[in-house]
Amino acid sequence: MEDLVANWAQNTHKRFHRMVEFLGALCREVVCDLRNWRRFRWRDMLYYLALCGQKSVSIVLLICFLMGMVLALQAALQMRKFGTELFVADLVGFSILKELGPLMVAMIATGRAGSAFAAEIGTMKVNEEIAALTTMGVSPVRFLVVPKLFAMLIALPLLTVFGDAAGLLGGLFIGSTWLDLPVQAYWSRTMDVLSPMNLVLGLVKSCVFAVLVTFAGCWRGFESEPDAQGVGRSATDAVVMSILLIVVGDMLLTMFFAMFGY
Amino acid sequence: MSEPVIEVRDLTIGYDNRVIMQHLDFSVSRGEVFCIMGGSGCGKSTLMKHMIGLFRPMAGDIRLFGESIVSAPEEDKRRLMKRFGVTYQGGALFGSMTVAENVMLPLAEYTDLTESEQREVAEAKLKQVDLAGYGDYMPAELSGGMRKRAGMARALALDPELLFCDEPSAGLDPITSAGLDRLILRMREESGVTIVVVTHDLDSAFTIGEHVIMLDKEAKTIVAEGAPAELRDSSSNIWVREFLSRDGLKH
Ligand SMILES: Nc1ncnc2c1ncn2[C@@H]1O[C@H](COP(=O)(O)OP(=O)(O)O)[C@@H](O)[C@H]1O
Ligand SMILES: [Mg+2]
Repeated sequence: MEDLVANWAQNTHKRFHRMVEFLGALCREVVCDLRNWRRFRWRDMLYYLALCGQKSVSIVLLICFLMGMVLALQAALQMRKFGTELFVADLVGFSILKELGPLMVAMIATGRAGSAFAAEIGTMKVNEEIAALTTMGVSPVRFLVVPKLFAMLIALPLLTVFGDAAGLLGGLFIGSTWLDLPVQAYWSRTMDVLSPMNLVLGLVKSCVFAVLVTFAGCWRGFESEPDAQGVGRSATDAVVMSILLIVVGDMLLTMFFAMFGY
Repeated sequence: MSEPVIEVRDLTIGYDNRVIMQHLDFSVSRGEVFCIMGGSGCGKSTLMKHMIGLFRPMAGDIRLFGESIVSAPEEDKRRLMKRFGVTYQGGALFGSMTVAENVMLPLAEYTDLTESEQREVAEAKLKQVDLAGYGDYMPAELSGGMRKRAGMARALALDPELLFCDEPSAGLDPITSAGLDRLILRMREESGVTIVVVTHDLDSAFTIGEHVIMLDKEAKTIVAEGAPAELRDSSSNIWVREFLSRDGLKH
């Protein structure tokens, strides 16, 4: 029993140490690539941009549109009691821009990119490609993580803009059909209550989520056991870890923004 | 006797707290083909990965070119790594890049060659391993033997003084594997590179090896060492004789 505890403590300590090393290497390589953009692996970044950006557009549009509808319906049920249907526009607008747009996009990115990152890096570990990189003097972090990180930092905010628009339209759709509100009135109400700052802070959130999803996927990939089952497990773990990080990050950011009145 | 390229002193290796091999002592001379032999899963690859600095040993020292790779700081380790090439069991080519790009990668990392110069070197290296014209193929389009040879071309890209090969002939048909053995011997003739070969294949070890060490899983250490012919005739260790005759029967 004592042995088990000691072992666990030792492993956790080692793992924490590796994580700090990984994060240190990531920061170092990002700065290095920013300073010396010729080194940067553009082609890889474009590939991941297509993987987690372009291919997610339609699903993001669909899910966010539906979320907008759901929110509007739920709000309408309550607001109807007080005859304040127009406030549905406020609720949908704020919820989508501040919370659900970035959150839904990050969740989709987790399922699509986060697990793919873990599986890819885990498989490379099985095939000894990570070892090959190291002995060739190429930093695996620079080669594998930095292009993914930049791709996600571009893709997620862009997708969030699309998702926000789709969500607002979903609300508008319910507002104009279910609630019989004039399209014009609903839309101008939305534009009146929302400020550009709501959009900007939502995009800040999605940038943070991009870092978290990339970190969870890549870290789990590097930590994967070097066999087929290990790779499968690491992909699942990456998704769970990513969702956890996103929700915790979301809460902290929301608290932080709230301190400044947003 | 020429100076040793690799010196291993009282080495203990393993994962976490599990010892895989202990009390390893041997050295590799310049220009020789050195074979690390043993049954599957006994720790040959583990030993090789410690020798190339991927893992830190539990005890003991490994010196490459007279410098310890165990205690070297990151910068020195990188400099040491530039002086040797490694081929891995499955080739370890990067699937998203063509064969030529794989070979060009170390050149791009370490030299100031322009892209077209890199491509020229890559073509030359591919020709050296009999893969001329395959530069634009993706690794997935190559057979297992070709992938190993492409891995060898990549390991040779920087003209290393020392080459590590993990199971160059494993998982291949006898003809292809004999071809790889010949390639290794030719490489030694052409560039005088010191070669460390990890293998469980007796024929292969006896064809190319000039010095062989034999590892044993139970004993967790070296059970026999010497020139292959010598080992076969006079080995005092029962296990070794058994391994040799059993393997001899199979072929
Ligand atoms: N990364 C690893 N972590 C933990 N154990 C490992 C790892 N790699 C190999 N092993 C274990 O070490 C032993 C030796 O493996 P290996 O060196 O690959 O054998 P060989 O190359 O001789 O076939 C095996 O029992 C294997 O399960
Ligand atoms: Mg092996």
